[in-house]
Amino acid sequence: MGTLVEMSGIEKAFPGVRALRDARFELASGEVHALMGENGAGKSTLMKILAGIYAPDAGRIVVDGREVRLASPRAAQAAGIGIIHQELNLMPHLTAAQNIFIGREPKQFGGLLLDEPKLNADAAEIFAQMNLQLDPRTVVGGLTIARQQLVEIAKALSFRSKVLIMDEPTAALNDAEVSDLFAIIERLKAAGTGIVYISHKLDELKRISDRVTVMRDGEYVGTVPAATTPTDTIISMMVGRTLDAEKTNVPDHARSDIVLEVTGLNRGSEIRDVGFTLRRGEILGFAGLMGAGRTEVARAVFGADPLESGEIRVHGKLVSIRKPLDAVRAGIGYLSEDRKQFGLIVGMDVRNNVALASIARFTGVGGILKEDAMKTVATGYIAQLAIKTPSDSQEVRLLSGGNQQKIVIAKWLLRDCDILIFDEPTRGIDVGAKSEIYKLLNKLAAEGKAIIVISSELPEVLRISHRIAVMCEGRLTGFLGADASQEQIMQLATMRGAKTASQPDGRETLQ
Amino acid sequence: MTSETSSSGPTSMAARVSGAQHRLLAFSGLIALVVGFSIASPNFLQTGNIITILQATSVNGVLAIAATIVIISGGIDLSVGTLMTFCAVVAGVLMTYLGLPMIIGVPGALLAGVACGGFSGFLIAKLKIPPFIATLGMMLVYRGLSLAICGAKPIYFNGTPGFSQISTGSLIGTVLPMVPVPNGVLILFGVAFIAGFVLRRTVLGRFTFAMGSNEEALRLSGVNIDRWKIAIYAVAGGVCAVAGILLASRINSAQPAIGQGYELDAIAAVVIGGTSLSGGRGTMLGTMVGALIISVVANGLRILSVPQEWQIVVTGAIIILAVYLDILRRRGAA
Repeated sequence: MGTLVEMSGIEKAFPGVRALRDARFELASGEVHALMGENGAGKSTLMKILAGIYAPDAGRIVVDGREVRLASPRAAQAAGIGIIHQELNLMPHLTAAQNIFIGREPKQFGGLLLDEPKLNADAAEIFAQMNLQLDPRTVVGGLTIARQQLVEIAKALSFRSKVLIMDEPTAALNDAEVSDLFAIIERLKAAGTGIVYISHKLDELKRISDRVTVMRDGEYVGTVPAATTPTDTIISMMVGRTLDAEKTNVPDHARSDIVLEVTGLNRGSEIRDVGFTLRRGEILGFAGLMGAGRTEVARAVFGADPLESGEIRVHGKLVSIRKPLDAVRAGIGYLSEDRKQFGLIVGMDVRNNVALASIARFTGVGGILKEDAMKTVATGYIAQLAIKTPSDSQEVRLLSGGNQQKIVIAKWLLRDCDILIFDEPTRGIDVGAKSEIYKLLNKLAAEGKAIIVISSELPEVLRISHRIAVMCEGRLTGFLGADASQEQIMQLATMRGAKTASQPDGRETLQ
Repeated sequence: MTSETSSSGPTSMAARVSGAQHRLLAFSGLIALVVGFSIASPNFLQTGNIITILQATSVNGVLAIAATIVIISGGIDLSVGTLMTFCAVVAGVLMTYLGLPMIIGVPGALLAGVACGGFSGFLIAKLKIPPFIATLGMMLVYRGLSLAICGAKPIYFNGTPGFSQISTGSLIGTVLPMVPVPNGVLILFGVAFIAGFVLRRTVLGRFTFAMGSNEEALRLSGVNIDRWKIAIYAVAGGVCAVAGILLASRINSAQPAIGQGYELDAIAAVVIGGTSLSGGRGTMLGTMVGALIISVVANGLRILSVPQEWQIVVTGAIIILAVYLDILRRRGAA
């Protein structure tokens, strides 16, 4: 079993973030090597460097004993490295064979015409290698996600890849499909292909991988054998860091009014029987891994996406929320993780963005806007929330992430929302501005707002939450107090197929 | 034309400057055309000819205003031309067929425009039909309806003598006989001024820009997108009806067969005027300049005896040039 790939001293910085610091990775032929870490640990960045998508700032990559520069995906393919992205990159209207050989179609008559029979025969040959029963002439759009994924694998193999990188390949697959995929992985492994397997699912890693490399904060933590290392050890390697700031005091909310009560929320496999309560002045953190369903729950409560079933009570009163307007009328404001796409109209100025949700109160006779009143209010919030902007007529795209976030907060404060849902409130915000946002959240809670914070950063959840709800695969797997540890959260966040957590106030939700 | 007809979106100084640059560019282009044609032909800069140009701009200009509103909101309206004709036919039915007075006929036509526009808005907002398809369909519907109602024959407004005065009479001419600017031109500028005001100063206008800029963010702000979208198309429909009345009054008849093709001239004026086809950006002043450029080119080339076919070629080239300049400007801004 020779070493196929050796990466060492890999450095990569993006504007404002050091994504990788002295990162390392090693892959042997005929090995399945799992790469693990929390969201943002640098796994995908490292693998994108190996696939030629990003250029490293520094470091050595050795493939088959020769040092290589992988300047482009094409160069990586030439070096025998194929990647299967989490998001499939297939053209749904073309056939499987056409997708596999796109841009490399066999030609005939001196390159004038496509050689369709050869195209299909070549594809069929790869499918046979994979022991996959699929007609190469099948249109890809009609296949299940699992089969599309297999077409992607076939595409990677068509480059004669010795190294196959799979980023969360089972995210959209059911158990039977996962077994099929694993059978193909075993077959590739036996043929000497080295496979890098990125996944959050610990039980799967145990089943399929030989070794596990853990990354944290862009750095290499360690490599352990998959079979003999306890899951707890891997989790503690993943979360190993200490909290970077002291915890705020958690007020006692036991006697505060219940402001929001959600029961039996359901939508397909994304939201499964989710229920929770939120009290006045409370900050409820939602933790979980990517795709656990936290954003889906928030958007459903806000009416941005439909629900199959579920009840939402605001101040004890049952409300029907079918569109964002209903939620806003009930006093719920949602601050999306993607501020530029969902929170702000970046081409408009601060004043208009603040007033956007409350335009009725600035409307005079004949629908004419009261610009002076808008200016006064916007200027007030600029002072109150310490928004750094030259004036209220500054276009918001010219402001920093932290200040943009404050403008969205101002928008909902102005609308008198007493329930605020923050989705990744500090994403894309630099460290200094982060603690300012934390202080602001605390201040809002102290003033009686009820706050939900969704965050993928465990230290952040632990630092700001009064109580923590953990989700995995659309289910609420448990509630923890503010004194929870990162390990406890990770246990719940990887608790797949488990029964739904019982409500803290005694009601058991059945699974 | 005054700067009061301008209406910029609520933007920062930086964007306003570059937006102004484009308008300046279009405006200088207009001046250059006027100067060029004046040198080439002494007949061009005659008062009579200027009035002809303005008169010719009035209908297309008003249609372009309707198109501007919809395009800023991120949509498109291909039915402006045939809706204009349909509204003229409605006026004809009310006044000539039913013998109703102008005081009912004109508002009736306007109401028809608002209702039809609102219906397009309903198709787009509620049934989620893409604007291009919905208004393409309605374009044919209005054309067919107009022909069906009239039996393919024009309706003359001979029973309503005052009707032709709406477009061809001249309020200014009665005061200043030297400059007999027809009322149609006054109406064009009046509508442009009001539309500019609505876009800049009212909720409808603010939401028009916001919708074109980021519809999802507006929806998540708790704004009833569907209702405002219907309102935007309804307003545009009302403006088309104004164009229909202007046209019918100028030729003193409702001609059911014309109208198709007008939407392209209107959209051309909008684009030359610097309004972004992807929405969120645009000005009424720009659209007015764009509409004037199209008329000046057509008129100037006609005076120079250039065949009409070539006028069309030149208009096409101007559209491409204007959009390319816009792309250059945006690349510079980014």
